[in-house]
Amino acid sequence: MTTSAETPTAAVTLKSRHLLGIAGLDADEISLILDTAEAMKEIGGRAIKKVPTLRGRTVVNLFFEPSTRTRTSFEIAEKRLSADTLSIATATSSVTKGESLLDTVRNIEAMSPDMIVMRHSSSGAPHLLARTCRSTIINAGDGMHEHPTQALLDAFTIREHKRRLAGLKIAIVGDLLHSRVLRSNVALLNTMGAHVWTSAPATLMPSHLSDFGVRATTSVDEAVEGADVVMMLRIQHERMHGHYIPSLREYFTMFGLTPERMRRAAPDAIVMHPGPMNRGVEIDSAVADGPFSVILEQVSNGVAVRMAVLYLLSGRDSVDPLDVH
Amino acid sequence: MKTVLKGGRVIDPANGRDGEFDILIDNGVIARIGRDLPAHGADVFEMKPGWIVTPGLIDIHVHLREPGQEHKETIATGTASAVAGGFTAVACMPNTDPVNDHAGITEFILKKAMEAGRARVYPIGAVSLGSKGDQLAELGEQRHAGCVAFTDDGRPVATALLMRRALEYSQMLGVPIINHCEDPSLKGDGVAHEGYVAARLGLRGIPGEAESIMVERDVSLAELAGAHVHIAHMSARQSLRAVRAGKDRGVNVTCEVAPHHFTLTDESLDGPVKYDTNFKMNPPLRETADRDAMIEGIVDGSVDVIATDHAPHHIDEKMVEFDRAPFGIVGLETAVAIVFDRLVRPGLISMKRMIELLSVNPARVLHLPGGRLDEQAPADITVLAPDLAITIDAARLVSKSKNTPFDRWQFVGGVAATIVGGKVVYRNAAAN
Repeated sequence: MTTSAETPTAAVTLKSRHLLGIAGLDADEISLILDTAEAMKEIGGRAIKKVPTLRGRTVVNLFFEPSTRTRTSFEIAEKRLSADTLSIATATSSVTKGESLLDTVRNIEAMSPDMIVMRHSSSGAPHLLARTCRSTIINAGDGMHEHPTQALLDAFTIREHKRRLAGLKIAIVGDLLHSRVLRSNVALLNTMGAHVWTSAPATLMPSHLSDFGVRATTSVDEAVEGADVVMMLRIQHERMHGHYIPSLREYFTMFGLTPERMRRAAPDAIVMHPGPMNRGVEIDSAVADGPFSVILEQVSNGVAVRMAVLYLLSGRDSVDPLDVH
Repeated sequence: MKTVLKGGRVIDPANGRDGEFDILIDNGVIARIGRDLPAHGADVFEMKPGWIVTPGLIDIHVHLREPGQEHKETIATGTASAVAGGFTAVACMPNTDPVNDHAGITEFILKKAMEAGRARVYPIGAVSLGSKGDQLAELGEQRHAGCVAFTDDGRPVATALLMRRALEYSQMLGVPIINHCEDPSLKGDGVAHEGYVAARLGLRGIPGEAESIMVERDVSLAELAGAHVHIAHMSARQSLRAVRAGKDRGVNVTCEVAPHHFTLTDESLDGPVKYDTNFKMNPPLRETADRDAMIEGIVDGSVDVIATDHAPHHIDEKMVEFDRAPFGIVGLETAVAIVFDRLVRPGLISMKRMIELLSVNPARVLHLPGGRLDEQAPADITVLAPDLAITIDAARLVSKSKNTPFDRWQFVGGVAATIVGGKVVYRNAAAN
């Protein structure tokens, strides 16, 4: 019970036993996860970075889409909580043999895991599992829909720097149309009272973007003006083939985040990127590696936030996460 | 073998008939329609109060899946489903495996339908070989074998030139071209209506314009060819505008709307069960303005036909990720209940208009027999029970597939019995 005075004492718990998206979480639940992550971050600073919280629990990381950062982050989070973990990547799974998603997961479930962390290229794939499986499902990114732990770690990082989320101007720039990071971040930041501005070429904006409760502009300068946070999204090279953008060169000229553009932001602004970055496409290296950048902090915080999510969904709210005995 | 239908309200719009009549069926044909017909020597089919006797309902957009996809449906199960839904005849789409682009396949379908002995089946042939959009199929041969129209349904006729030639050629044969209107490049790999719901759920969108652009093209081509084009499963308000404009200037264009498109919207995808693939069909469920436009078109007469686009799929095919599931839902056994409950009971359309949409006009559009109750014509008759309370139970559908979005829905209005060629092929135990 080292820091229980600062950490939440189960005043609120998560209502759902799955984490499928940010949509559906209320402000108290988001705060609970972020507060819990603060306690978890402390564990990562210890010499022995391990607590027995999830000892005896089995977590399966099921990644149907390539991922280095998110999968590694979940694995480290699980190991720090002493869970037994197993990671399955699409290349080694039965999916290539024509097995359906449900059959693959049913087979894994027959071995009694407690939680399944899934990344999948189809929007809604974790929802299909959640309504047919016994395990707790954690969405590690589904198609163009949501990537809830990314938004949570982004919020955690913003809060560390700004001490708050409400009232901040947050500019999100890049491929909005295909981005699950956008959708999760908008849901979270709106719930927490931030002012979200989005900017992209008209071809990379989702239809009905204004219905998301954000300001939308094709002028990056307008979005960045006075922003407390500038969040850049990845541009995929394939987008040129779908006629979304004429060239990466033109994209960088019109939408790339350069030191000149950053001068419009608030003096203490931070720059974020969920990765993987395309230097010279959406972001200038001088910005990515510059004083405003918190991009690597995001990665560090990802572990703490995922530990918090795993812990809160494990249903073990009677156990102090920091109890090392 | 004589049967007399006694005491029902007969609504037969094509003959201007609406009143209490008896119908005497003798040897499969309607022998007499009149008041107080003598029943001696005949089986008496007593009508219950409120029941409606109508010309047999006809669904002109049905996927029977045979040959080739018998795990979804067969001609026997599909026609059994049809009569359970009150349909005495169906027109079946050619996207079977192999595609019905050849007289031999048309003959196979007709033979299977005859053996099944349920609803009448009118095959629709492919416009192009394999429905690939390259070369015209032998439309004349197929017409001779029994095809009543041509379409590459499931796929649009992609080039304007092929569509023009198909219209000209089918005009010569006296049958329409039915088109599944959808610009392939605008559709892309879309899986849901392009709107706020799809944007929110991260589903790739199909704009209404993907449909309406091709409706506009086809109306223009029908005008150019002086031919009849029928727009299949219309869903977008922009398409309705194009059809109305065509009709206003005298183009021979007709259209159909499916029950789900005047009942549901894309909001269903974000309902209690998110990403339910039983709400995935093509064209997709659109937004409220489109749904309301479809109702308006039905009410004002711009829409000619209600057709189900009955598209059975096996549960294994549907229980997958949303973007990987096949498009389509079953519709034969839910259509009448939905039309009653959503259009007739709220007073949007009359019972007479309902019968026009489900019987008179389908027969007129495809030049089929039926759609009217004539003496000496085959006794294809549907008996409706407008006050019957219905709860849809997907597991108990007669169709081989259970992929309906209406499971557990409650409606008022249903089918009491279905009579094909004088034979009672379906009697609803719940109504009788």
